[in-house]
Amino acid sequence: MRIDCVVNGVFRRADDVWAGESLLHVLRERLGLPGAKNACEQGECGSCTVYLDGEPVCACLVPAGQARGRDVVTVEGLGDGDELHPVQRAFVAAGAVQCGFCTPGLVVAVHDLLARTPSPADGEIREALAGNLCRCTGYEKILTAVRLAAGREHES
Amino acid sequence: MAGWGPGVPGPEDVVSSGPWDGVWRVGGGVGGPGNPLWAVRLDPDAGHPAPRPPVVEAGADGSAPGSQGIGTSPVRPDGALKVRGEFAFSSDLWADDMLWGATLRSPHPSATIRSVDVTAALAVPGVYAVLTSADVPGDRYYGLEVADQPVLAVDEVCYRGEPVAVVAADHPETARRAAARIVVDYAVREPVTDPEVALAAGRLVRHVPIRKGDPAAAAEVVVVGEYRVGMQDQAFLGPESGLAVPAEDGGVELYVATQWLHADQRQVAAALGLPAELVRLSLAGVGGAFGAREDLSMQVHACLLALRTGRPVKMVYGREESFVGHVHRHPAVLRYEHGATRDGELVYVRARILLDGGAYTSTTPAVVANAASLGVGPYRVPNVTVDAYGVHTNNPPCGAMRGFGAVQACFGYESQMDRLAEAVGLDPVELRVRNALAEGGTMPTGQVVRGPAPVARLLELVRDRPAPPPVGAELWQLPGGMANTTAPEQVVRGVGYAVGIKNVCFSEGFDDYATARVRLELIGGEPTALVHTAAAEVGQGLVTVQAQIARTELGVERVVVATADTAVGSAGSSSASRQTYMTGGAVRAACRAVRAALITRLAGGRAGATDDGGGRVDEGGPELAGGALRDAAGRVLGTLVDLLAAGPVEETVRWRHRPTRSLDPVTGQGDAHVQYAFAAHRATVDVDPELGLVRVVEIATAQDVGRAINPQAVVGQIQGGTAQGLGLALMEELQVVDGVIRNPSFTDYLIPTVLDVPPMAVDVLELADPDAPYGLRGVGEPPTISATPAIVAAIRAATGVPLARVPVRPEHLTGTG
Repeated sequence: MRIDCVVNGVFRRADDVWAGESLLHVLRERLGLPGAKNACEQGECGSCTVYLDGEPVCACLVPAGQARGRDVVTVEGLGDGDELHPVQRAFVAAGAVQCGFCTPGLVVAVHDLLARTPSPADGEIREALAGNLCRCTGYEKILTAVRLAAGREHES
Repeated sequence: MAGWGPGVPGPEDVVSSGPWDGVWRVGGGVGGPGNPLWAVRLDPDAGHPAPRPPVVEAGADGSAPGSQGIGTSPVRPDGALKVRGEFAFSSDLWADDMLWGATLRSPHPSATIRSVDVTAALAVPGVYAVLTSADVPGDRYYGLEVADQPVLAVDEVCYRGEPVAVVAADHPETARRAAARIVVDYAVREPVTDPEVALAAGRLVRHVPIRKGDPAAAAEVVVVGEYRVGMQDQAFLGPESGLAVPAEDGGVELYVATQWLHADQRQVAAALGLPAELVRLSLAGVGGAFGAREDLSMQVHACLLALRTGRPVKMVYGREESFVGHVHRHPAVLRYEHGATRDGELVYVRARILLDGGAYTSTTPAVVANAASLGVGPYRVPNVTVDAYGVHTNNPPCGAMRGFGAVQACFGYESQMDRLAEAVGLDPVELRVRNALAEGGTMPTGQVVRGPAPVARLLELVRDRPAPPPVGAELWQLPGGMANTTAPEQVVRGVGYAVGIKNVCFSEGFDDYATARVRLELIGGEPTALVHTAAAEVGQGLVTVQAQIARTELGVERVVVATADTAVGSAGSSSASRQTYMTGGAVRAACRAVRAALITRLAGGRAGATDDGGGRVDEGGPELAGGALRDAAGRVLGTLVDLLAAGPVEETVRWRHRPTRSLDPVTGQGDAHVQYAFAAHRATVDVDPELGLVRVVEIATAQDVGRAINPQAVVGQIQGGTAQGLGLALMEELQVVDGVIRNPSFTDYLIPTVLDVPPMAVDVLELADPDAPYGLRGVGEPPTISATPAIVAAIRAATGVPLARVPVRPEHLTGTG
């Protein structure tokens, strides 16, 4: 089947998509956007988080056909050209990136959290990120990064 | 080979022209796709910048130039790529005309294969190859220590999930469906799944005895206990994956996530029946490792399919496949008897440790040696009798995981130390301090501990930290968390302690070395260091550390670290907490060899300094700093711009740690280890005893790192390692029933979330090890070792339940399980 959608502000088309493919597969393997990651492909780890019409979703759980005619934003679309988004900058500066496989999903999840709640308390941060698994950091530096991006760096 | 993906520039553009190309990336000029790593292919419509090698610019984090040598925490060069989603992990690779591989695996833990019929699979449209063991041209068995694991099953299967056949097709789903159409006729056998039965049946992999002092020593106070450790999984997030590309010279290029490129190369080449130089490996982005990438997974399979089809083949495991696609932490049964005086001074320790190695050998022999030689912990014990055994069963194969034998032993001996403290009426920290190993102390193997061993001080550091706040008021701070199951007044709190010991680097006489190539040259008129090793960056920050060392040693700002590949000599494995020590040591040595060559050049070609080939230069000679060779007073003898005008200087050094020896097979005596590392934990937990729910409130860690080459990375290792110890204490276990993993998913195999991991206070000691580069001590494993027993001790303190197994489950606390 054919999938037409807007990804990161650009019209994109994928042809010959098998009906069983996920949005994640189409992004990664057909549209050249492997930023969303394939860690579990069953909606448990959050590493494939992207925006679908402004809502964060696990791209692995979205059948590709459901993205037809809709607006997708991936981690690749958050920065402004060469400029990192402040959330991305905070992850790098705080040491929240180790292997980096969870990072794209976390960046999108934090981007969404701060859009809804610009100054989240630690409890709110933990609740918002509980669906994003990280195996390297123990999450401490990720919390630091969120505080930094939220302008709470004096508490970090 | 056309491009590297839709609209992607050719190889010559991927790594731009200039001195880097050709010199450092050997192996890209034989029809391969060039170097795809570090940055993923372009998305032409999204207008991303061109991929680039990770040049670490001075001041990239806003700091002053010259402040990014060792002891600092510069921005990691892969950081920006990773937060943008542009870092090329092994599952992100893509090539024109690429096929997808899939693996058919055994549904039985033990069976004889009567026949394999691939006809139906080959008939599926879109399938290009179906291969079985008959198609393996070289050695049909591989292994890190013993080649006993079949590339594809040969006449029998010995664990559930063992690869039987592989398929290449033009779509991953086609490959999977074709694999399902392969007909295998199995004669199912009764699996051996109990390690005690295996031991009795003679399925021994290795027995390591340790004998010290009087085996019949008696003591006033004796405590006995039996402890169990479940099968933990590394659960890295990036699944096993890679891309194999056939080369015009009959060889193959493999881009893969691994911990040890050259060990992979050796095993892959043997299986393919090719000389090593025709099997060229490059490190793709690694999504975590923790030991699980030390053994091969898809490496040989992808290469077999690529060579058979003549097309690039990509293989990516799904999560369920990943859980059977790599080795796990050995489950263990540990029986301990501790004898002590009434004052709590240890008189003897006797232990029997049984480790289930599963179906194949992997690294079980070394895990057994660690469990035995580190089996009494960081304590002075005059009389020791330890017997550690590793056995073969039909359970999933077990091998390397962070902590590697020391984790299991630590849960046993630290549980015992708590019982002993109770038996003699001492505070648990005080008992440990009284028996703590110190510098110059002797291990049960007879090895004298060289350099600092601040076991007592680490315990005192965590003990003396302020207590965490009282039981929290918010839901997420309570046992049961957001599920809102627990009222604060139900909660009981406990505090527990543990300390652990780990060997750093490879032991028992292994020829352990790392290779580094360092080149200093003018690029755009600026002195630039190029560092090339085969060391695997697995997330720990090794690339950053290599650049820091080069800056410190060479006095330059601009450093480029090449993608790790097999065009340079082996760096050894990114395991055993060894890579900063070993590859860091090699980079330092290569930099010093470059300095020696510059001194010679300064002297007009006459030898201006002694270089013994190991890159060591007499102390007190000229140093490189601030872009110049300088004398001891800091006066400029020659600028790098002038010295390098005549051309680059390049040196390659193979560097070794001091030699170790094997353990005596009867007494277990011998200087088997290079370096010991220590960490201590204090855990504070809140427990809902009615529901058996635990919340860890805080974990404080103290660790001696010798020298923190990159403090931010050190803390990241300590916190991440501690979280994995928390996972083993409370939730992480592969449930293996009759040889079958019952929970191969992140739905059912739980790893800690951000709601499970508490604030983690860290104290870092920097007590230099006189034998190690910069005095550093391996960092990665110690925090995983003692976190688990500290948490369990805290739960025992809160509840009084004599817990003897990890992970602790709610039914262990409620008495209903």
